Amino acid sequence: MEFGFTTAAYVVAAVLFILSLGGLSGQESAKRAVWYGIAGMALAVFATLVGPGSGLWLLSLVLIAGGGVIGWQLANRVQMTQMPELVAAMHSLVGLAAVFVGFNAHIELGNVLLLDENARKSLEGFAALLAKKDALEISILRVELFLGIFIGAVTFTGSVIAYGKLAGRVGSAATKLPGGHMLNAGAAVLSLICLVWYFNTGGFLPLAIMTLAALFIGYHLIMGIGGADMPVVVSMLNSYSGWAAAAIGFSLGNDLLIVVGALVGSSGAILSYIMCKAMNRSFISVILGGFGGPAGEQMAVEGEQIATDAATVAAQLDDADSVIIVPGYGMAVAQAQQAVSELTNRLRAKGKNVRFGIHPVAGRLPGHMNVLLAEAKVPYDIVLEMDEINDDFPETDVVMIIGSNDIVNPAAQEDPNSPIAGMPVLEVWKAKNVIVSKRGQGTGYSGIENPLFFKENTRMLYGDAKDSVNQLLANIS
Amino acid sequence: MRIGTPKEIFENEARVAMTPDSARQLQKLGYECVIETGAGEKARFSDEDYKAAGVEVVKTAAALYKTADIVAKVRPPEEIEIKRLRKGQTLISFFYPGQNTALMEAANKKGAHVIAMDMVPRISRAQKMDALSSMANIAGYRAVMEAGNNFGRFFTGQVTAAGKVPPAKVLVVGAGVAGLAAIGAATSLGAQVYAFDVRPEVAEQIESMGAEFVYLEFEEDAKDGAETGGYAAPSSPEFREAQLAKFRELAPEMDIVITTALIPGRDAPKLWTADMVALQKAGSVVVDLAAERGGNCDLTVPDEKIVSENGVTIVGYTDFPSRMAAQSSTLYATNIRHMMTDLTPEKDGVVNHNMEDDVIRGATATFEGEITFPPPPPKVKAIAAQKPKAEVKEPTAEEKKAAEAAAFRTETRNQVTLLAVGGALILGVGLVAPASFMQHFIVFVLAVFVGFQVIWGVAHSLHTPLMAVTNAISSIIILGALMQIGSGSFLVILLAALSVFMAGINIFGGFMVTRRMLAMFQKS
Repeated sequence: MEFGFTTAAYVVAAVLFILSLGGLSGQESAKRAVWYGIAGMALAVFATLVGPGSGLWLLSLVLIAGGGVIGWQLANRVQMTQMPELVAAMHSLVGLAAVFVGFNAHIELGNVLLLDENARKSLEGFAALLAKKDALEISILRVELFLGIFIGAVTFTGSVIAYGKLAGRVGSAATKLPGGHMLNAGAAVLSLICLVWYFNTGGFLPLAIMTLAALFIGYHLIMGIGGADMPVVVSMLNSYSGWAAAAIGFSLGNDLLIVVGALVGSSGAILSYIMCKAMNRSFISVILGGFGGPAGEQMAVEGEQIATDAATVAAQLDDADSVIIVPGYGMAVAQAQQAVSELTNRLRAKGKNVRFGIHPVAGRLPGHMNVLLAEAKVPYDIVLEMDEINDDFPETDVVMIIGSNDIVNPAAQEDPNSPIAGMPVLEVWKAKNVIVSKRGQGTGYSGIENPLFFKENTRMLYGDAKDSVNQLLANIS
Repeated sequence: MRIGTPKEIFENEARVAMTPDSARQLQKLGYECVIETGAGEKARFSDEDYKAAGVEVVKTAAALYKTADIVAKVRPPEEIEIKRLRKGQTLISFFYPGQNTALMEAANKKGAHVIAMDMVPRISRAQKMDALSSMANIAGYRAVMEAGNNFGRFFTGQVTAAGKVPPAKVLVVGAGVAGLAAIGAATSLGAQVYAFDVRPEVAEQIESMGAEFVYLEFEEDAKDGAETGGYAAPSSPEFREAQLAKFRELAPEMDIVITTALIPGRDAPKLWTADMVALQKAGSVVVDLAAERGGNCDLTVPDEKIVSENGVTIVGYTDFPSRMAAQSSTLYATNIRHMMTDLTPEKDGVVNHNMEDDVIRGATATFEGEITFPPPPPKVKAIAAQKPKAEVKEPTAEEKKAAEAAAFRTETRNQVTLLAVGGALILGVGLVAPASFMQHFIVFVLAVFVGFQVIWGVAHSLHTPLMAVTNAISSIIILGALMQIGSGSFLVILLAALSVFMAGINIFGGFMVTRRMLAMFQKS
């Protein structure tokens, strides 16, 4: 079929993709938006199959169907608490695919350049496209596919490590090989040298060396980032997978790939920015891993942590008119969202005002808590963002903190020397009573003592979050 | 152990220290409850109500004192009641050990433990048993009611067919618990309320209740209420003069004056002098909540309502809480119940009189044959000391304008710089790159721009679905693989096939999981 048709289909698909992302501005429009995305994808694949340059239809369809079945199974089986792992794993596939497509472009280029004038004219498909390029265009093409492979490779290993950390297969602590960031810098410089080399010679060797270096960077970079910074990492990898697609789009001369790659890339970049802002840290400091040392003597924490039991907490909840629940990663780990939802239902049935306060970086994925609560059928209109709910804490009778720590740490506001000073936090300590459900007395991910636990109006409910909430349920009719 | 509540013998005292509700709660703590017959009658709690709550009703006070291990009452004990106490018995009531030294010694001689409800330290943990506050709250409300009862006009302003009625102007002096309660009651009736207090830090609280804080132009290091446990401290003579001058200025306008000024351990300061009353309009009302301690108003006669020569009613009742006995008994009984909860940490019905506990130690006046009053200062400060506030200058209109203009300028400068740099870069690329590249490059730049515009609108709660959906559509890389799969080279076909396969997983997995997530978001 004509090239014009394919381009027209790409335009429609691009519009559908933009609408699909734009529709995510609200919960209801989002349900429609997914279908736009699906339609756009179907159209794009169809147009490419019938368009110039494709072949082996049957094989393509069989492979798509095969991949589809696996994807379908995965998507249906995955637990909502495992969402971060799934997203990371899927990023790695995109990264790897980008690497392969980049290699293909390189091989085809080599083949085409070997042919003489006449033979080139008889080529079809992607090869024909390459054959038309002049020398300058081929140089640019080399840079493009080099970049595509580089970003793709970083995305691949980075996502695999992120998956491992999120799934608990790799220790979530930040670990670095001796040499630290110098190793990364060295690998980056090596890649740059390879780029110049490849630009001039077009040989496979520099490409291969660069790929290995990029794979190493992805691995080492993500190994050096701790568990609680994962929201930034996952959005960053999301962004990279987009840029990889865009770079490949350039080398293949495919506008739809460029458009979608740019959309995904900017989406991930914005998410990373939002996450960093929520932690009051610069993107660089997150990527380079670890917290900076404290700026001075940290305030000593006075007082003691006072433990309480489920019966007392149940009585407090029973007396309260307004309750705010602040969930964190601990809720996801303990799979407590169903129990929390049940607790919410019972309290709401008694006419109490129960709401949820969600910090932007709660959990391991942007919006992680919202999805977990939605899964447990907590209505989304009582799940509020930090900015929406922060002013309401002084009028709140009981705040229940389930498995979150740094995001409710008053030191961020009170102690200018704290490593998290200036990070926006949920001001839970202003409420009349604060109940903290926590596994033990240890400090959070950042290793910072939380003065909230020592406040006079705070009571600690030790134990696994799910068990604790279930005990509460036993005490509340 | 048994908790007993006798009938109050103080004249006209209508309150009772135990209600059927509080008795039920006390029984949950493991106590048996006993009450003297008719004790709750004036507060509208009948003996039958108590019996229904599982409380034993005894005929006489003497029998009650004999059977009870703990006696809970409202007023400080009279001599006859002291005589009935025995060794080891616990008495919980208002006691005012500072003023009633003789009474305290007598109780101590009997070997009884006295817990004075008025001595509960003012720390956040003890708020639930702060009976002074709960009684003051009632007194403040009742003061407004008494004022309204004696005031011949509306509180609220109205414009009616029969003419315009101005709102009543109310001045509340002393913004403690009672003062704030009075402010709340008066504003909700629609009056225009002004309030004064010597502690400048309460201005915020006053304004939060809807009253206007009467500022005093006076240069002095105002004492921080936090040092005195949240109570007012005596002021200097100069300050007092300035204060009185301000009141004289306000007196002719004020329809209702409610004075609540008390300084712990002293007679009430005279703040509303006879000449101020003389300045007031006829029909105005002064309610003096400090009457019991001599009154804030010169003309106050305790326990009586008088009318001054120029027709100003001055109410000097001392039993405001008792006049709302049902309400005040409920609150007081709850305060007592909370005190018992703290005294019985094990919930086994046995008192554990823990003198290490700040609250219990603070409230105990006599214990095991020793007078333990006055208590040491509590380990925890009542209210965090006020940090000296940095002077915040209100920017003038011009300064604001200048700041806005400057902000606008920097923003414009940033944007223009960004555009200039970006534009120069693109132009630079355009100089060297061939046209075919530039076509794609334009598409790329526009797509990034659209992406940034669109993504900012995405709801925070949908960030996970956003990631899943971008994940699915980033498998658009499949197009590249599909274009290459038709190649002649086996290696290319193999790699392209693998890519198609992986992208296939991603497309279906990504969209499916997004749909699943979005379907879960439900409205309540």
